[in-house]
Amino acid sequence: MFGYIVKRLLGAIPTMLLIMIAVFALIHIAPGGPFDNKRPMPAEVRANLNATYHLDEPLLVQFGYYLSGVVQGDFGPSYKFKEFTVTELIGQAFPVSLKLGISALIIALLVGVPAGMVAALKRDSLLDLVVMSTSMTGMVIPTFVLAPIMVMVFGVHLKWLPVAGWNHGALPNMVMPVIALSLPYVAYVARMTRGSTLEVLRSNYIRTAQAKGLPMRLVLFRHALKPALLPVVSFLGPAIAGIVVGSVVIERIFGLPGLGRYFVDGAINRDYTLVMGVSIFYAALLLLMNIVVDVAYTFLDPRVKLK
Amino acid sequence: MSESGRSLWQDAMRRLRSNRAAVISCWLLGAILLLALLGPSLSPYEYDQISWDEMAMAPSLSSGHWFGTDAVGRDLFVRTAIGARISLAVAFIATTVALLIGVIYGAISGYVGGRVDSAMMRFVDLMYSMPFMFFVIVLMVVFGRNIFLIFVAIGAVEWLTMARIVRGQTISLKNNEFIEATVAIGASPLRVVLRHIIPNVLGPVLVYMTLTIPGVIMTESFLSYLGLGVQEPLTSWGVLVSEGVDEMEAAPWMLLIPSLFLAATLFCFNFIGDGLRDALDPKVEQ
Repeated sequence: MFGYIVKRLLGAIPTMLLIMIAVFALIHIAPGGPFDNKRPMPAEVRANLNATYHLDEPLLVQFGYYLSGVVQGDFGPSYKFKEFTVTELIGQAFPVSLKLGISALIIALLVGVPAGMVAALKRDSLLDLVVMSTSMTGMVIPTFVLAPIMVMVFGVHLKWLPVAGWNHGALPNMVMPVIALSLPYVAYVARMTRGSTLEVLRSNYIRTAQAKGLPMRLVLFRHALKPALLPVVSFLGPAIAGIVVGSVVIERIFGLPGLGRYFVDGAINRDYTLVMGVSIFYAALLLLMNIVVDVAYTFLDPRVKLK
Repeated sequence: MSESGRSLWQDAMRRLRSNRAAVISCWLLGAILLLALLGPSLSPYEYDQISWDEMAMAPSLSSGHWFGTDAVGRDLFVRTAIGARISLAVAFIATTVALLIGVIYGAISGYVGGRVDSAMMRFVDLMYSMPFMFFVIVLMVVFGRNIFLIFVAIGAVEWLTMARIVRGQTISLKNNEFIEATVAIGASPLRVVLRHIIPNVLGPVLVYMTLTIPGVIMTESFLSYLGLGVQEPLTSWGVLVSEGVDEMEAAPWMLLIPSLFLAATLFCFNFIGDGLRDALDPKVEQ
């Protein structure tokens, strides 16, 4: 187990390197530089600025500088937020995104899994219909439509919840962003759980367990739950990636000081180092999460052997 | 061989036709497609025709603005139809790109097997672990907003799952007798893959394709919401919806109408996809 994790972590290094090269190349192909203001600046000033940030050296050397910084946890200075380094910006913003994302993921699992199982157990009943049609609706309504409507109803008209803002992650400020972010995933998880539970319930060993006279509760929790959860666990990787992306929009709608906002702002401002830093950080996060999910999978499914 | 192959599809069609949700979805989708194709020529207005006298008019039959107008007086019926063209075009082209790359890549990987297979799949795994949405955003910023780029970017993400599905199917197919027989009579590997493997993996591919389309439409509208989608005055459902969000209190139809079309289309593809999966899966036969 330990060996496997180490192997996977080492295997992630070339991937990270490739991602860094890709982002670095992409950003440097981009027309326009960080100091292309509307007002032209004297050539000496520009040369000095370029020299300060090593922008006058060959690309390979620049990449070398960057790489050695990243290895030490230094993503360089932000070109636009001059008083901050990218590492500081990420350090400030990531806790917000993390809290948001983890809450959304937990809600997706806590609501989605039971809803899907109940729908499967009461197949073709009214309850099943309600769960399935609600989840289908959750899948087809874009977050950026749902969230503003929620803000209008619960924030502006009913005044139950704050309209926007983070307020150090106070609960009332979290409610709407987390619900809006998690809803599509609640829907997916419910549908997947329903499908897999139905399939598991059809299998022979469940019939055997029932034939032995085990109470339904035991059959469900002891025998059916684990295999029914397998597809959900393998969905966790893409779900985490999706929630990370989705939080870009959510942070924008609710004005939250998270990582996604820096990413979009950085991309629009051509803040090279900020965009690169955030992309690389996200990539590392996703790689790590994929490893965690793969390891979790083996706990649930003994047929899967770690190599 | 061709006899039993055809009957599988006939069987599937019969089962699909008895699935009410899927049938209704097909008709509804047809109607939306018709609107996309013919809509703009039915109305006297142009999609980019700005009219300062008719800003944010509510839908009405008498004014000729059947779906109302937007904040600068452009006719929403025509814009919704044009938006449908763009959104559906993005969906179909991106899915086709994904289909072509994914099927060929997956089939080769699965059929050749061995070291080639593991190298090719490692590449897919590697691509999977990249935060692609961010690459797309960076791409949009770097190269400017460009519909073509949206097609390619989305297609380039979606082929990965397709390749995995096709590879899995190919591996389970390639040890069958009919493949062995084809190889025995001297067919080239290329011919085996193109004529015998690929036609047999089309079922799951079709299902996945139908379920990919709504995802692609969603991705496009997501990009449009961030202001990285198609460029004015051209429009897509995503653009219309995000414009509608800004005006939802004063002019709710601006949000409602495009959202309705977007949601209805996504519903339809989901229902058809589910229907196809049930129809093609002999396990669910009762």
